Amino acid sequence: MNGAIAWCRAAALACVVIAITLATSLAHATSPPVPDATTPLRVWHAYRGAEQVALDALLQDFGQELNVLAIPYDAFGSKLAAAIPLGEGPDLFIDSHERLGDFIHRGLVAPMPAALIDSGAYVHSTLDAVTLPDAVGTPRAWAVPLSMKSLALYVNTDLLSDVPTHLEDFHDLKETLPDGVFPVAWEANSAYTHAALLSAYGGALLTEDGGFGMHGPAATRSLQLVLKLLDAKVLPDDADGALVTDLFRSGKAAAVISGPWLAGDLPASLRYEVHRLPAIYDAEDHTGKSPAFMRPLLTVESLMMSPRGADHPHVAALIRHLTSAEAGRRRASDARALSARIDAAPAPTDSFLRAFQDQAAVATPMPAVRAMRAVWEPASRAIRKALRRDAQPARALEQALQRFRDVRRPPPPPRDPTILLTILGASSLLGALLLFHRARQPELRARLRASLPAYRYVIHGVILVGLLVIGPILVGAATALFAGQPHQMYYVGFANFIDILTARSGPLLSSGSFYVVLLVTVAWTAANVILHLAIGVTLALVLSRPLLKLKSVYRVLLIVPWSVPSYVTALAWKGMFHRQFGAVTGIIQSVNDVFGTEIEPIAWFATFSTSFAANLTTNVWLGFPFMMVVTLGALTAVPKDVLEAAEVDGATPLQRLWHVTLPMIKPTMIPATVLGSIWTFNMFNVVFLVSGGEPDGTTDILISEAYRWAFTREARYGYAAAYAVLIFIILAAASTAGARWIDRSKERA
Amino acid sequence: MTARAIANNVLSHALLLVAVAFALYPVLWVVALAFSGDSVPTARAIPVPTAPTMDHLREVVLTTRADADGASTWLFGQQLANSLLVSIATALVGVGVAIPVAYALARFEFVGKSGGMATLLATQMFPAVASAVPLFIMLEAMGLLNTRTGLILCYASTSVPFAIFQLRGAFETIPVDLEEAAMVDGASRFEAFVRVVLPVAKPAIAVTFLFAFMTAYNEFILAATLLSDESMFTLPVVLQRFIGEYDAQWEAFAAGALVVSIPVMALFYLLQKHMVAGLGAGGVKG
Repeated sequence: MNGAIAWCRAAALACVVIAITLATSLAHATSPPVPDATTPLRVWHAYRGAEQVALDALLQDFGQELNVLAIPYDAFGSKLAAAIPLGEGPDLFIDSHERLGDFIHRGLVAPMPAALIDSGAYVHSTLDAVTLPDAVGTPRAWAVPLSMKSLALYVNTDLLSDVPTHLEDFHDLKETLPDGVFPVAWEANSAYTHAALLSAYGGALLTEDGGFGMHGPAATRSLQLVLKLLDAKVLPDDADGALVTDLFRSGKAAAVISGPWLAGDLPASLRYEVHRLPAIYDAEDHTGKSPAFMRPLLTVESLMMSPRGADHPHVAALIRHLTSAEAGRRRASDARALSARIDAAPAPTDSFLRAFQDQAAVATPMPAVRAMRAVWEPASRAIRKALRRDAQPARALEQALQRFRDVRRPPPPPRDPTILLTILGASSLLGALLLFHRARQPELRARLRASLPAYRYVIHGVILVGLLVIGPILVGAATALFAGQPHQMYYVGFANFIDILTARSGPLLSSGSFYVVLLVTVAWTAANVILHLAIGVTLALVLSRPLLKLKSVYRVLLIVPWSVPSYVTALAWKGMFHRQFGAVTGIIQSVNDVFGTEIEPIAWFATFSTSFAANLTTNVWLGFPFMMVVTLGALTAVPKDVLEAAEVDGATPLQRLWHVTLPMIKPTMIPATVLGSIWTFNMFNVVFLVSGGEPDGTTDILISEAYRWAFTREARYGYAAAYAVLIFIILAAASTAGARWIDRSKERA
Repeated sequence: MTARAIANNVLSHALLLVAVAFALYPVLWVVALAFSGDSVPTARAIPVPTAPTMDHLREVVLTTRADADGASTWLFGQQLANSLLVSIATALVGVGVAIPVAYALARFEFVGKSGGMATLLATQMFPAVASAVPLFIMLEAMGLLNTRTGLILCYASTSVPFAIFQLRGAFETIPVDLEEAAMVDGASRFEAFVRVVLPVAKPAIAVTFLFAFMTAYNEFILAATLLSDESMFTLPVVLQRFIGEYDAQWEAFAAGALVVSIPVMALFYLLQKHMVAGLGAGGVKG
């Protein structure tokens, strides 16, 4: 019953917070800050290195004070989405054109005035790329094209004198090249790169009418070709961007398919040329007679304007300054950026930019419509699955199509909230009455009076937690009943929950369904917590042995995993598990050399059990120092004289551990374990960074599913919130059951 | 020493050495990467840098920004200071708010105690993916967007509940006799709490402080989303900038990660003295 009162109080507090929040945001909505000529324009970008330097120099020459911010690429999109609707965002920002569809949908960009785009001066395809329909369907330009990026073929001229014109020709190079050198390398697992092959077969990731393009004969044949090249070791397995760079840089790949960004990572001593992507004999062009060329996707980096920026008096001047031919030429010479302007085309002597220009001329602009966002995940999964040979290409692609449709399902229809409001109103009235009734009982009053001293210790904590923790959680939980974009959400009742719990009308135990993912999550949590506790407590016990030397050295070395940012170390583990070049393979090879065994390198992310083990190893490594430190802290509270007394009484070390030490550290260890379990249940980083759900989403846990729905799929916050609420219910039920069990075992004891 | 004690010692060291090897191996790869001039992809078992260089370290540490007046600010130093300020403030808020609450939960009976505890635990079960946006809107309403205070409040929302749990457990392990003895000697409850209980709880407070510090120190998504001024960025945000849309400077990123972890190691080294100087044999008697 006490619990009920606390809940009511917390809820009341949260309501106040929400009311204040709503009131102030309404106040903001009615009086938007009007920019005037004295406010410096805000420019945001995610450029680094030479591109940043070149942009900064250009902005410096504008002659007015500007507020420029370079943001980590990983946070760029979420920061724009969070800041612009609140009027806190930039006036101008630079991003890839393919995000425009989403930005328009969310109201993050304002249309570009026609006067600011000199339509005759731009490569035609770049203008097409930034032209999209507005809310009423009229096509408009939403950004000014700055530069173009696409993949092309880098060739190491020391290794290859003749550049193969057809992809299959690389096959024959295998014999002429030194041992261990791949004829060609690219990120075969990436849908972005694969799109270039797909296009040669006449396919596209997204069809004209917004359907999923990565299936059917063209997609199947393109994958079969890659499989053939992988089988012949013409192409390295599981190459990611970093590996492609390293292979080319160290002369271990004669040619690679990569973009202009690769050049910055190449040493001056490396001699290379850039060419357009080769043709494929196996594919036919539109005439049906000659082999078709690979056509990469084209990204147009563009200058975009926020609705706030559109009101600034100097914004037009800055746009003109940044998009002038002169600016294009400077960015070309300083940052090697291929300008979207015809009058800033690279000089004939600039063979590097010329090659990219030739390639851009035949590249396909990436679709900017929102449906494109839903393509990447299913397409990449299908590619990986097929290249791992877990499924026939056609079968894997069929599954991808299903997954795409799953994500693109129309959101649930709006519902009438009256019923919910009535129930809520009635129950809160009932609750208030009950509370009032109870408060009049004399015994409760006496108990409340007796509680007063304690309240003096907790009141500030209650306010802070209510405001910062409970308020946002209640609002977050409420969004589970809504669908649509932030700021335009509408009530849908329990449709999100029904959708999740019925596995979106698919089979209940299919891969990716709520129940299967829940099972994986439970196994993941249990395995982690058991290992964390076992390792952490053991090490702490050993470290607290009184006669041990070098204690403090061990202690500091053992918390190293905890002290290095986990983002870096999780990725280091992922690298260590690489089948061809990982350290684990290195260790296996050393073992083979020393002991003469013949253990095969393991493809860690190809099967569920090994992939799960890789995630588990990483998370155990990250988490055991915490348990160790907590245990060390708890062990200091075990009085030595009690242990000594037990020893005098003839207890063996094991008995002392079991009957004295462990019961005494239990009060500290139980909350740490409960919290540890909850955190592990919701540990999204490791799963996302190490296995990324591989193979085929089977190692995903509930929280990584929720993240995908919120961020990498369709920005369905309501759907992600419904996952969050379900996670909450499961954890609450589990911990209640756990607490009962602990109480019962106490009673028995 | 008896033969058995020696055997035990050898065993302990062997176990600890294995654990240390497990703990350090991936970090050594990060170190190797940070000092590598160029990385050749080969499967190796021993992490050593190829073509050793200090360039990446220098690049990270010596980042400066040219100011309008021609002078230059040592940006890295400023951002390190931000990181330390935000993390220490988060830890202080977390521990400071939590200590009295945890003490009350450990020692007093009051109306709403079990409900409060249940609520607090429940808050930990709700994934941040759904509550981050409302928190963000609330900070905006309070005018705390793009401020270090706002960031500290965000971090405090995770560090306070954790600290309350951790410290409540710690206070419960401290014998009540200690305070009662002090109160018999004429101290008030609050004085007994401050003068007697807190010193004994120092190890647990140190651990909790360290933990709260760590949550804030390594976080970058919230920091990058909340802050819009380079001079306010914390180090993880700066490090993240080495990862681009298409490519990443892993070597510089690794070098930065190493620099970032030095203060944590130092803090742990300082705090661990407190952690071992806790309740000894004399604690209860004295």
